[in-house]
Amino acid sequence: MKLKLMETAQKELIKETPTKTTVEISGSVALLEGLIAEGTEVIFGYPGGAIMPIYDALYDYKEKLQHILVRHEQGGIHMGQGYARSSGKVGVVFATSGPGATNLVTGLADAQIDSTPLVCITGQVFAHLLGTDAFQETDVINITTPVTKWNYQVTDATEIPSVLAKAFYIARSGRPGPVLIDITKNAQLQLFNYEGYTPCNHIRSYRPKPIVRKEYIAQAADLINQAKKPFILFGQGVLLGKAEKEFKAFVEKSGIPAAWTIMGAGAIPTDHELNVGMLGMHGNYGPNVLTNECDVLIAIGMRFDDRVTGRLDKYAKQAKVVHLDIDPAEIDKNIKATVPVWGDCKDTLPLLTELIKEQKHTEWLERFRAYSQEEIEAVIQNELNPTTAEMTMGEVINQLNALTHGNAIIVTDVGQHQMVACRYAKFNNTRSNITSGGLGTMGFGLPAAIGAKFGAQDKTVVAVIGDGGFQMTLQELGTIMQSGIDVKIMILNNRFLGMVRQWQELFNDKRYSSVDITSPDFIKLADSYYIAGKRISDRKDLISSLDEMLNHKGSYLLEVMVTKENNVFPMVPQGCSVSEIRLK
Amino acid sequence: MSTESNKQDFTITVYAENQIGLLNRIAIIFSRRKINIESLNTSPSEIEHIHRFNILIQETEEVVRKLAKQIEKQIEVLKVYYNTNEDIIWQEMALYKVPTDEIAEKVLVERLLREYGARVVVIRKDYTVFETTGHREETDKLIEVLQPYGLIEFVRSARVAIIKASEGFHSKLREFERIEPGQDVIENEYLDKGDKVFTM
Repeated sequence: MKLKLMETAQKELIKETPTKTTVEISGSVALLEGLIAEGTEVIFGYPGGAIMPIYDALYDYKEKLQHILVRHEQGGIHMGQGYARSSGKVGVVFATSGPGATNLVTGLADAQIDSTPLVCITGQVFAHLLGTDAFQETDVINITTPVTKWNYQVTDATEIPSVLAKAFYIARSGRPGPVLIDITKNAQLQLFNYEGYTPCNHIRSYRPKPIVRKEYIAQAADLINQAKKPFILFGQGVLLGKAEKEFKAFVEKSGIPAAWTIMGAGAIPTDHELNVGMLGMHGNYGPNVLTNECDVLIAIGMRFDDRVTGRLDKYAKQAKVVHLDIDPAEIDKNIKATVPVWGDCKDTLPLLTELIKEQKHTEWLERFRAYSQEEIEAVIQNELNPTTAEMTMGEVINQLNALTHGNAIIVTDVGQHQMVACRYAKFNNTRSNITSGGLGTMGFGLPAAIGAKFGAQDKTVVAVIGDGGFQMTLQELGTIMQSGIDVKIMILNNRFLGMVRQWQELFNDKRYSSVDITSPDFIKLADSYYIAGKRISDRKDLISSLDEMLNHKGSYLLEVMVTKENNVFPMVPQGCSVSEIRLK
Repeated sequence: MSTESNKQDFTITVYAENQIGLLNRIAIIFSRRKINIESLNTSPSEIEHIHRFNILIQETEEVVRKLAKQIEKQIEVLKVYYNTNEDIIWQEMALYKVPTDEIAEKVLVERLLREYGARVVVIRKDYTVFETTGHREETDKLIEVLQPYGLIEFVRSARVAIIKASEGFHSKLREFERIEPGQDVIENEYLDKGDKVFTM
């Protein structure tokens, strides 16, 4: 196969063999060819000594591969995550050895627990220096083993095409996850006979999808058909399986109320009549209380995280559980399934939909509505239309909904604003709620929003971030400045590390220990990066400022000063059952 | 009834590709949950290029089942079985180094060899090395016997185990090598409740 390499410099490298079946290229060039073959559009990365040969090769690939220079590798990997989450593709990240690689660890852990497909490439010292404590040498493979779906160290260039193919296959298939390839500098430089790139579609020891067992589908359908009070819990599995259509068909035919984990938000639109709201610690009242009243619980692509279940031994004890998941290790991990439905929900849901009766659970649905009404009166009304002088986070999100009509991608950081945004933001579309769910990584929001915009350029991307989390990765304003990407940043500033403060208020007698955080002048900061911005603290400026932010050409930072000591309710206190959820 | 009392010996058998780093991937599944590995052996299996891990732990069956799923989830792992002591035939090997003069003078070596199924591996003027294989109690017993004569060194290998009910892994492997797995590969634990085998 003859390769069409772009630049003349590259052509000089190519020595065609007499049979013209191979070309001699470097490991670095082979890597970039492989990335192109896998459909990579953008790489988030940061160069350094041990990855220089790859960056040198990249110089000739500028037209084919867009490289975004980040300001810190953690920012880079969160961008990769944001990109993967908004686009449904694999995020690609480059970092150098040593500190470059260790800076990826938080993002890897985040991607691992939230099943985000990533391929991270790290440079490594020359193979002959491995284990000698060479400059910028660190044992990346062993450091990242617990936080990667798979990792591999390449010391010979000939391995690069097949290892990269394997990496992409593993990252995106089955339950997705992050993969890291560590390439020693000699392998990056080494010339070898390249025979082209063959994508991987089988590894004999790896079963991405368990086989669907029809007998369990039938048993599940029986349970569902007989149920008087069935309840659907859905998670990110629906999005990861790209099964939104199949899921909607299942929900609509079954007529069963459905509630989401924060990772599953947007799988069906917020306003769908059977979408009864959010599960978990700060989820909606009805879904939490009625979890302990339903007779059949149908869990789809979710893993019964402790933030969803509350106290496990008091969780849905009365219910029979149907659990649909692609990962066999998730079934029976936390909650014993009555009927396990192993498989990709894109395959299993249509089979199930076929076997279930068309039903309407009007009375049961009414129960959710009644609880919802109670929650509106006790919590939501005050949060969205406060009578206080100061603004609340909820009203900001609510006004944002009015302007975006639920069509924006909302990226959040971690903390109170995250819970408020997940609770109140409106999502008409899938892949619109991008948040650090499992790991709860403060500092995720800003870089993830940048990545999300690269993955969905036609969408408005709004990053909702607290004053604490923003200060963890604010260096990525530099990436915005240099790349010219259009991200709307909304800092909800309560001058506290709000969620920890809330817990200290509720459970530690208001002993506010190290939660009082001061901030720089965010607007001046944005200005120094040539990013427009504005700070508001008066309600009358809210709508016009949101409008200005959304209509501004290019990135914009809006800082909204909100009530200092507001709490997110409802709340399932730690160690309590979901039905013991508090409204205040 | 505490879960502590339900803990028993489980031997986990892992069939895996021979890949650098896999041992660590498997080991951290235990250490992350603060579970001690009593013994661990890696060796070739009945199939070329496929390695076999034998891991012995003391845990409840519920924990072991979850661990087995986590191990099987690793990319290079083909299959995981877990078994109680009743389900397997196992051996451990032990070596004992003792001073030759003491032993020759004071011990009825022949009786010792017969009674404990021991063999002499090395005889030197200064020391003698015995070897036995067997269950823990058996190898432990010989320590007690030799201790009074100045046991210089003792070492015991990890447990190696053969599953009584297993028909080998050959037919399974053929299925794994196909791109589309056959139905029989995908056993379901709910269909095979009596069979303490986990597979996806």
